[in-house]
Amino acid sequence: MITSNPRHLRGSYDVIVVGGGPAGLEAAVAAQEAGADHILVVDREPEAGGILLQCIHCGFGLHRFGEELTGPEYAQRVMKQALAHRIDIVTDAFVLDIDLQRRVKLMTREAGVSLVEARAVVLAMGARERTRAAVRIPGARPAGVFTAGMAQRLVNLYGWLPGRRVAILGSGDIGLIMARRLTLEGVEVAGVFELMPHPNGLNRNIVQCLHDFDIPLHLSTTVVEIHGHNRVEKVTVAPVDDNLRPQLERAWEVECDTLLISIGLIPENELSERLRLRMDPVTRGPVVTSAMECSLNGVFACGNVVHIHDLVDFVSAEAMLAGRSAGLFAIGAPLRPDNVRLLPGENVAYCVPHTISTEREHTVYMRTRRRLEACKLRLVAPDGRIVHEKRLRYVFPAEMVNLKLKPVILQHFHDDALRIDIVGRSAER
Amino acid sequence: MGEIVTVRYLCIGCPLGCRLEVDEDLEEHAIVEVRGFSCRRGKEYAIQEHTAPQRMVTTTVAIDKARWARLPVRTSRPAPKDKVLEICRALRTVRVSAPIASGDIIVRNVLNTGVDIIATRDMAEWAPPHNIET
Ligand SMILES: Cc1cc2nc3c(=O)[nH]c(=O)nc-3n(C[C@H](O)[C@H](O)[C@H](O)COP(=O)(O)OP(=O)(O)OC[C@H]3O[C@@H](n4cnc5c(N)ncnc54)[C@H](O)[C@@H]3O)c2cc1C
Ligand code: SF4
Repeated sequence: MITSNPRHLRGSYDVIVVGGGPAGLEAAVAAQEAGADHILVVDREPEAGGILLQCIHCGFGLHRFGEELTGPEYAQRVMKQALAHRIDIVTDAFVLDIDLQRRVKLMTREAGVSLVEARAVVLAMGARERTRAAVRIPGARPAGVFTAGMAQRLVNLYGWLPGRRVAILGSGDIGLIMARRLTLEGVEVAGVFELMPHPNGLNRNIVQCLHDFDIPLHLSTTVVEIHGHNRVEKVTVAPVDDNLRPQLERAWEVECDTLLISIGLIPENELSERLRLRMDPVTRGPVVTSAMECSLNGVFACGNVVHIHDLVDFVSAEAMLAGRSAGLFAIGAPLRPDNVRLLPGENVAYCVPHTISTEREHTVYMRTRRRLEACKLRLVAPDGRIVHEKRLRYVFPAEMVNLKLKPVILQHFHDDALRIDIVGRSAER
Repeated sequence: MGEIVTVRYLCIGCPLGCRLEVDEDLEEHAIVEVRGFSCRRGKEYAIQEHTAPQRMVTTTVAIDKARWARLPVRTSRPAPKDKVLEICRALRTVRVSAPIASGDIIVRNVLNTGVDIIATRDMAEWAPPHNIET
């Protein structure tokens, strides 16, 4: 059932999922399959589906569905599956708060504030974009400065073009996808400016979004000033030195009426913070066990709210795990606790989950700090002994590394912590 | 043998991003050599990109009586790369009306490319509720 009226809902549910993106919908289905009867997904948007609804390009689902889908196609599949599992979905409903008794406070147009009780809660609020404030670009505050994802929403859902001539700061995939999208709609893209000496997006997007349309990519370059009174009139860009400091004497101006900012996503964790969940300062998401359980019993999390994923397929995999754990918790059969902590070591920025169990099979997701080739991923015991080693052809910060850990690997391991190192030949060029 | 030109490509097969080079004999219109790849996928990609580059096109068309103003669409299979902009330009004048189902053909054989334009989601018929001003 889909409704925007909380009066149609039950007063209590086995599992309430906050956020109806792919993470939330997949978690709901998995909770039902684990034995929970009544499951509710809450989303503040008029439709569930999350950010995928505006990602109209291809590149989703190769792992999950074995074919390459667009974002809306992927969203529709998980949505159909949720409805087939008799999941309740309430849209246009904002979750304001969750208390320690797992009562979820909703705000809706139809009923104002209402409270719904849950035995288990799954947090799946996704992420939001970093804005101009995150990089402190000096200059005026005219109209015409958008995050790339906001522009994507305006163009793909509402059919509004953000401007006529656009400059893009940041070469992450969202910025690259928008460079193509706007070009296809007849907007001129003056260039993409990237602070780092290497592009941040997939090679496929560099080729198919920039090269295909002769859009220049300026590496080691950043926007140092925005000009204009009511509307952006131009931006000043400058190359940066090895310490990423702009060299103002070499700056130049780019005429444009719009600046898109594509400098990354931050997990949306206001609710987690209000619940005082333990947070990981690197991922900016909650610390989770191998059951995707947070530091508060009965509260689980998955998807971009835990750490930023580049592939929605891995969001789905993580969400199925979180949903299953929540379902088992709700019916009073929670998984046995973990017994090993995972510690990010050399060249590993973070790993998720933060703890594992030697009894179960796990997928550990991690991000590296630097680009390396011909590398080895090592699991190291506290005494320095190498417990497991895996060869990797390459690692890149922009691409999540995942490691399948089977119980056999840890059968002779009896300590309580494992460090993960990734060593190899530097691939910076 | 005629004059040889070298064309460069960036391989999109994996993050290594090998720099590929294709040597073509201009008179014979034939590829003489492919260099720079580290695996078979790279070589195949270079040949495909050089001889008949293709792209899946994803864009939107206007839709009436739906919750959103735009319906996302894609080509039914990859289209010739040099037709991408023209296809999008042609779609700017297309207007459909809800309800639409995912997979519905929106334009058949667009610009005689043999490729159809299909919807990538359902869009139900929708009118704004009486208490919302749009
Ligand atoms: C622009 C863009 C392009 C991408 N391109 C690709 C790609 O090409 N291939 C690929 O595999 N992946 C891609 N991704 C990544 C992928 O889409 C995401 O990893 C995935 O959608 C994350 O799913 P999620 O459910 O965690 O979050 P989301 O999809 O963001 O869903 C979160 C939902 O929670 C709701 N919500 C949040 N807070 C509240 C609250 N307090 N109350 C009620 N509801 C709330 C939001 O409205 C939203 O619907 C892209 C992501 C972005 C942003
Ligand atoms: S040639 Fe092979 S190794 Fe090199 S980028 Fe392409 S797919 Fe990767």
